[in-house]
This record gives sequence, structure tokens and C-alpha cells, in this order.
Amino acid sequence: MTATARTAPRIKSKARPADRVFSGATMAAGVIILVALAAVAIFLLAESAPALTGDLSNVKGSPDSFWAYVAPLAFGTVWAAFIALVLALPLSIGIALFISHYAPRRIAQVLGYIVDLLAAVPSVVFGLWGITVLAPAVVPLYNWLHDNLGWLPFFTGQVDQTGRTILTVAIVLAVMIIPIITSLTREVFLQTPKLHEEAALALGATRWEMIKMAVLPFGRPGIISAAMLGLGRALGETMVVAMLLSPAYVITFVLTSGQNPSTIAGNIALNFPEAHGIAVNALIGTGLVLFVITLIVNSLARWVVARRAAFSGAN
Amino acid sequence: MATTMPGRQKATPNSLTTGQLPRWVPWAVLAGSWAAMSAIVGFTGIASGASEFNIALALFLGTVLYAILIFVISTLVEGRRKGKDRFVTALVVSAFVIALLPLVSLAFTVVVNGAARFDLTFFTNSMRNIVGEGGGALHAIVGTLEITGMAMLISVPVGLLTAIYLVEYGRGWLAKAITFLVDVMTGIPSIVAGLFAFALFALLTGDPGFRSGFGGAVALSLLMIPVVVRSSEEMLRIVPNELREASYALGVPKWATIVKVVIPTSIAGIATGVTLAIARVIGETAPLLVIAGFTPSLNYDLFEGRMMTLPVFAYTQYMNPGADIAAYTERAWTAALTLILIVMILNLIARLIAKFFAPKSGR
Repeated sequence: MTATARTAPRIKSKARPADRVFSGATMAAGVIILVALAAVAIFLLAESAPALTGDLSNVKGSPDSFWAYVAPLAFGTVWAAFIALVLALPLSIGIALFISHYAPRRIAQVLGYIVDLLAAVPSVVFGLWGITVLAPAVVPLYNWLHDNLGWLPFFTGQVDQTGRTILTVAIVLAVMIIPIITSLTREVFLQTPKLHEEAALALGATRWEMIKMAVLPFGRPGIISAAMLGLGRALGETMVVAMLLSPAYVITFVLTSGQNPSTIAGNIALNFPEAHGIAVNALIGTGLVLFVITLIVNSLARWVVARRAAFSGAN
Repeated sequence: MATTMPGRQKATPNSLTTGQLPRWVPWAVLAGSWAAMSAIVGFTGIASGASEFNIALALFLGTVLYAILIFVISTLVEGRRKGKDRFVTALVVSAFVIALLPLVSLAFTVVVNGAARFDLTFFTNSMRNIVGEGGGALHAIVGTLEITGMAMLISVPVGLLTAIYLVEYGRGWLAKAITFLVDVMTGIPSIVAGLFAFALFALLTGDPGFRSGFGGAVALSLLMIPVVVRSSEEMLRIVPNELREASYALGVPKWATIVKVVIPTSIAGIATGVTLAIARVIGETAPLLVIAGFTPSLNYDLFEGRMMTLPVFAYTQYMNPGADIAAYTERAWTAALTLILIVMILNLIARLIAKFFAPKSGR
């Protein structure tokens, strides 16, 4: 019946110019983000292109090619971040459990704030602290590790008596990512269904058994993604490495010697202010590699979260 | 009567507390292990001729001993499961204490070392023509304020409008893409943001050694926008739909609803998020080192020439000292102290805003 369609047309809201302008502005802002991110990739590529094929003999360490230049740095970046994660993850889970399930309810929130304070400290301050306080303090520990565990590949060779080694860097990085991992895992632990916890306790489980049976299995994807995000942060951390590490362009697993692989970010911070010509391009190229590495790690983390959101009933 | 037969009372203790350790036992074991390890560490220290008592080592070994002892004692008295529970409790609590150590140590070191030069000269002088003592960070403070302010001017409108788009308008692939890319942006290493700003301006201006404060502001915006979008989005989403519908029912257009109803309701949360975002970027060193560079002189012009900032000031003072190293190190620590104070104050402001200007909708 065309007649009814004509007599009862769909009421359309009046198109006001102000509405168009406003929605257009919000959409433009969103598009700016798209453009900005594309620009990051394009401009980094454009500026690093000369170094990918060019002659790098003037660059520090006179590498044969760009890939020979970036390989030890990429290794150092991943290695330092990995050690930091190994140190930080168990501690963070412990702290998160303490705040969510052990501490008295009344002070738990305050304790959470205190851990969050660690995240607020600027990285340059961590660098100052690491080089003045931590590095001298850990030398006896490194000597002990070298004397007693020297047969492990990690502690062979001469111990660096300034303490400015990759293990010290990793410890500071661990301190920096602990608040990130803690706050994310804490949120997940708090979301554990109360009924699961109470059921476990009612069956006579101790607190640890309850956590093992109810909290940890529920929180596992959250822990994994928090660890990945922490890893992403540790990969990109610059100032601590630049200030603390005594760098060398080597690939080594030794943690306590004076010959340490530098990281991409630390290397850029140390060399960029004085660099000129193709060295600038090479440094920007390493930055692009870092961008890609963190992109992969972060996307994996998001993917784990997204997969969890699809299956859990807690969203 | 129980009082006349103490022997019998001992024979039938309270059945609810049998097989359980009294509450004081863990504390006694902890004190005992600390005391024992202090003694051992103290004596071996004297034997090997150490001048100082290593209290950190003693406490550490004492805590390890406590974890083992409480596990053994509890296993013997209360059974294996309870023993494990007490062991894990010891681990979890020590994890928290270990995390506090760097915070306490850091706060202590920064205050002690930074107090030396925390004076008027530091806040009223620049480093121009200074090679030894004296001098200050006025140029760095001005630079930090200008660059952070500019970054805020760029990222708050973009971030807030994007959040509004995502919550109020965004449907389909564009909204999905933006959400994903904001996530990606959160993970951009700060130094890559600095390199991007450098590459952008170096290509635009054709100057291969380009440095300026505005570039720093662009780099910081790149780091700040995702934080602003995330927090504002969250805040806009918790505005109840009833408020929007009531406004539409009165014939108010959508844009006016958003501007006059949705944003005022969530303004406290948005302000908190923006303050925290500022606190996050104000301490960034790496991107500013790359794009804003460093200089000993005052520079008020964002668009021309190098510009010093407080984090970069702390870094360069420490890393490139002149002849009088102590003076440079002192200035670095004072800059660190100033920076921490600024960040803490911003965090405090954020919490206060969240507390006092919270939306009144949740009756």
C-alpha cells in the first residue's frame, strides 16, 4: 500500500548545521589519529631509507650493513626486557595477590596507590637513582654470583666493579614495569567471581588453595597480557639504559661483565644529539625496528585480552 | 571446677583450636629468624673484618629462614596444606615489601641529594655562562611548562573529540580502526615518538639538524592523546543514557546534548584523566632529548631554536658535567626533586578533582 507509506513517512530529525559541524569535528579528530599513526610509519621509513642501503662506515662501530648494526642492539633490547620481565612478573603477581586477597580491605586501596606512585616517577629519576644507589649496591652480589655460580654462562668473565651491567639495568626496568603489571593483574584478580572463591573456601580450601583453584585460572589471560604490556614498556625504555649501561656492540648472554649489549632506545639517546648525516638515518632506522618489535608485542597482548573478553562472563 | 583442676583443662583443650598454631607464633618465628641471622651476619662480618653491619643481608636471610621455618613448623603442627598456605603468605607479603624498597630508597635519595641546591638561585637563574657552581634551571622550567602546555593544547581537543566520536557517533569500521590504533599508540615507545617528530620536521623544513620546542610538543602529544582518549572514553561511557534521552525528549539537538549534558556530567573524570596524562608526559626525557635538544640559555620561542626541559636538564647535568662535577650532580638531583614534586602534585590534584567534583548522577 503505497498510500500509507506516503501518509506516514518516517520522521526525520531536522538536520541542523551545528549538528553536522560538531559530528564532523569529532570524526576529524578520530581521523587525525589514523593519519598521525600512518605518518609515524611513513616518516620513519622515509628518514631511515638512506641507511638501509647506504654505506655505514662512518657510523659508530663501523658496521658492514644496517642489519649488522641493528642486530646487537635488537638483541640487547629484547634480552634486557626479557630479564626485567622474569624479575618483575613473580613479584608483581605476589603484590597483586597481596593487595587483592591478603591485605586488610581497609588499607588495600592505599597500598594500591603506593605501588602506583612507582609508576609516576619519571624515568630520568630512576636513571639517577640506579647509577648512584643501585649500581654500587649490587656489586657484592655480582661478585658472589660470579664466585659461586660462575659455571653458569650468565656469570662468567670479569665482574664489572662499577655495577653498570645489563643485569642492573634489568633490575631498574623491573622496578619500572612492576606497577604496570601489578595494577592490571590486580584488576583481573578482583574480578574473580566471588562465588568461585567462596565455594572453594566452603569446601575447606586454605587461602592459597582457593587462589590456586579460583583466582589464578580465572586471571591467567589477564596475567599474560599484563606481562606483555609490561614487556612492551621495558622494550621502549630509554633513559635508564642510556644513563646506567656501559655499552658495547656485542651479543652476549653474560649478565655481570663490563661488555654489555646496548639497547635500541638507549643507543639512540646516547648518539642522536651528536649524530649527523647518515648516522641520523641509521638511528631512525633502529627506531623503526623498535617500533615494529613493540607493535608486535603489544598486538599480541591485545589479542590475548580480546580472546578472553569473548569467552569470559565478566564483561 | 576448671580452676581447681588445671591439669585436666590441659588434657582437653578447646577442640576448635587443636592442631592450629596460636596467632603469636608466626611473629615470634619471624623475630627469632631475624635475630638469629643478625647474629650470624654480625659475627661473620666481624670475623672477616667488615666495618659495617650488613643489615640488608641480615634481614633478607632472616626472611628466607622465616619462610622455611614457618613451613616446617606449620607442616608438623597443622598439616601439609596449611603449611603451604603459610609459606605462600610469607612469599606474597615479602613480594610487597620488596616492591616498597626501591620506592623508599628512591624517595630518600632524591630528597637528600636534591635538597642541597633547592634554593632561590635554582629557580631564578639559567645556565648561561655558568661553568661551575651556581646557575639554575629557570630555562628548563620555562621550557617544560611551554612544551607541556602546547602538548596539552594539541592533545586535549583531539583526544576529547575522538572520545566523543567513539562514544556518541562512532559506528562501523572507522570506530573499530580508531579504537585499535589508540591501543597501538599507547604502546609507542617514547623515543620513537621523538624520532617521528624529528623526521616530520626535518622533512618539512629540509633542515637535517632540526630542533625546536614545538617538535617536542608534537612528540609529547603523540604520547598523550591515547591516554586522554582512553580515560575520557571511559568517563563518557558511564554517563547514564537516561540523561541523554531526557535531553532528546525535550527536543535538544544532539550536539547541545553532548556539550550541555554529557560533558558537564563527566567533566571531573575527564579532568582527572587529563591531569594524569600531563603527569605522565611531563617527566618524559627521551623524545625531548631527540627533538627539543638542550641549551644553557632561556628560550621562550616554541618555534625557533633549541629548548631545555627539566628532565633533559637533569640528564645533561649528570651525563655531561664540567670541571666542577659536584655542582653539576647537585643540580641534576635538584632537577629530579623538582620533577618528582611536580608529578606528585599533579597526581594529588587528579585525585582531589576525582574526589570533590565527582558526578552527582549516582544517587
